[in-house]
Amino acid sequence: MAEITFREALNQAMAEEMERDANVFLMGEEVGYYQGAYKVSQGLLERFGPKRVIDTPIAELGFAGLGIGAAQVGLRPIIEFMTWNFSILAMDQIVNNAAKLRYMSGGALKIPVVFRGASGAAHQLGAQHSQSLEAWYCNVPGLIVMAPSTPKDAKGMLKSAIRDDNPVIFIESEVAYGYKGEVPEGEYLVPIGVGDVKRTGKDVTIIAWSKMIHVALEAANMLAQEGIEAEVIDPRTLRPLDEQLLLTSIEKTNRCVIVEEGWPYAGVGAEISHRIYQNAFDHLDAPILRVTSEDVPMPYAKNLEQAVIPSAPKVAAAAKKVLYI
Amino acid sequence: MAIKISMPKLSDTMTEGHLVKWLKKEGDRVEASEIIAEAESDKATMELEAFDSGVLLKIIVPEGGKVPVGGTLAIIGEKGEDITPLLKSGPVMETPPSADSPLLPDSLPSVPKAEAISDDGLITSGTGRIKASPLARKLAAERGIDLRRISGSGTGGRIIVRDINAAPAAAPAAPRQVVVGREDQNLPLSTMRIAIAKRLTESKNTAPHFYLTMDIDMDQAVALRTNLNTLQSEVKISYNDLIVKATAQALIRHPMVNASFQEQSIVQRGRVDIGVAVAIEDGLITPIVRQADRKSLLEISQEVRALAEKARTRKLLPDEYTGSTFTISNLGMYDITHFTAIINPPEAAILAVGSVRRIPVVRENQVVPGWRMQVTLSCDHRVVDGAAGALFLQELKRLLENPVAILL
Repeated sequence: MAEITFREALNQAMAEEMERDANVFLMGEEVGYYQGAYKVSQGLLERFGPKRVIDTPIAELGFAGLGIGAAQVGLRPIIEFMTWNFSILAMDQIVNNAAKLRYMSGGALKIPVVFRGASGAAHQLGAQHSQSLEAWYCNVPGLIVMAPSTPKDAKGMLKSAIRDDNPVIFIESEVAYGYKGEVPEGEYLVPIGVGDVKRTGKDVTIIAWSKMIHVALEAANMLAQEGIEAEVIDPRTLRPLDEQLLLTSIEKTNRCVIVEEGWPYAGVGAEISHRIYQNAFDHLDAPILRVTSEDVPMPYAKNLEQAVIPSAPKVAAAAKKVLYI
Repeated sequence: MAIKISMPKLSDTMTEGHLVKWLKKEGDRVEASEIIAEAESDKATMELEAFDSGVLLKIIVPEGGKVPVGGTLAIIGEKGEDITPLLKSGPVMETPPSADSPLLPDSLPSVPKAEAISDDGLITSGTGRIKASPLARKLAAERGIDLRRISGSGTGGRIIVRDINAAPAAAPAAPRQVVVGREDQNLPLSTMRIAIAKRLTESKNTAPHFYLTMDIDMDQAVALRTNLNTLQSEVKISYNDLIVKATAQALIRHPMVNASFQEQSIVQRGRVDIGVAVAIEDGLITPIVRQADRKSLLEISQEVRALAEKARTRKLLPDEYTGSTFTISNLGMYDITHFTAIINPPEAAILAVGSVRRIPVVRENQVVPGWRMQVTLSCDHRVVDGAAGALFLQELKRLLENPVAILL
């Protein structure tokens, strides 16, 4: 297996799918001549030409709508938002068109579009550019929401997203683009709606996704030094959720901590904990704890930013609390 | 300078302790002689007192954790002090604490615990709510365990799984077995259960037991007891009290039964300290009536009652259950007529007492109703020979059949 970066894994996924299917194309700000704001689309313009790698104006609502329209007539667009913060401008197209047209057309229309881009805090980008908005999209029926944590998952998941006939929200972590990981040779897919056990353990289940998996794993290592074996579960797809995987783990550990980079109020972790209470109530020996970003706009100051986002010590402390230690 | 707090040896036979509850948390100020935790030995739950003042810098053994005697429980020092050298030097297995250990059991029964219980609403009366985790409730229901009888070790006194696992299973007749097929259940061993298993196996394997059974005519003892309980209402004298008193007197005359086999010699005990086996929730314990030969029947009765109560609430101090010279086990109240007991090491014998029964007896060639009781003496043959044991039982019989003698 080769070790490559997260951005290279995404690049390979797009290149392989564009090679495989001439209907796949990439559109977004700076994806072409500039090779991508985060160099995810490096080399694609040269390889596939300007008809399939299209630079757009700074007009998210417009090019999101173009993508949805193209998907309706049979193409398979990948729409890159430079970051998910800017997708807020495109919310009407995503929520009112992408998510609804298949349903409202009685299945006559397919919307095979992938919206992808960077998310989350990334070292002093200020309140407007440091958001984790997966909860917004998870709230909408008709959307699939995916958030990979490793290069291997990123590649296999993006390929599945491109091949699916429904709109997919594909959330990448801005600071994780440089993370390296082993990626299998040859083609493989990670199916939509299937989670993964990132670390096995028997004492406490830690659920996290995207960048927070790495925080969870670091916390698990800290806990291991105290003899506590945490199981780290990555749902990978946030909607639809691999509920059975989570429940199986909780039936084993009887305790759960959910880590989320987004805000606490109505966060994805709130929904996940509800599902666990609903379906595994009798297996719980402690209330589920959530570790989220603090309920504030992201501060610019470095020390305050660090204080706001979830950290391994915070996760380890929560794990010990549900273990009554 | 930061110092370690170690698990003290709370009883002679204790090799490992169970940290039941921390009353302080990391960062809390601790004053010398303040109670900081509760620990359970193989016999009882004790309060642990700090001998030095400082800040509780680190808790090493969490609630529910087990540690060998002498193992480090926590570290006390000044705020901000570097404790890494102490942490490195092996958290467990140190030399057992001496008398000037930083931690010694409190010498008083644990009154604060009873208060904590009512304050937290852990154990509630009738209408009070019981806090328990969903899993704990489910397991308690499956095992027929009454949550009202369990105190919780979780946040705010919540009953959690480890509390359920530590609780004894319900009596076999428990009506709430909802499971369709009965499945095997794995019940973790309590420290007391481990101690019982270890000591009694050791006894049966090392002391060659033999057994002597004798019938005792209890007519006069029954009459005496009735009279004594009519004459005074202070204490209700039991048959067991009479037996303890008579046994003590018989032991004085037969010191070989009040003895111990040692490596090189046999030790005849100078005192008669009688252990009385008391069944408690998850095992049994033998609180001791010290110098029972010198105490009046009334004193013995009061003392046994008080000790049994402390045993049931697990408030006995090590002093009160270690170092007996002879033990009596009485199952008469369960209508057992005869049984043999395993010697409580290092003692040389144990008396197993059956019920006082009204049965047909032959008196002057007539079959008449009479009160009878069977006792069985288990002897360690290394110390007590058959005839010696028999003579002791004869003396016991003589005293119980003429019980006025024990009032002298």
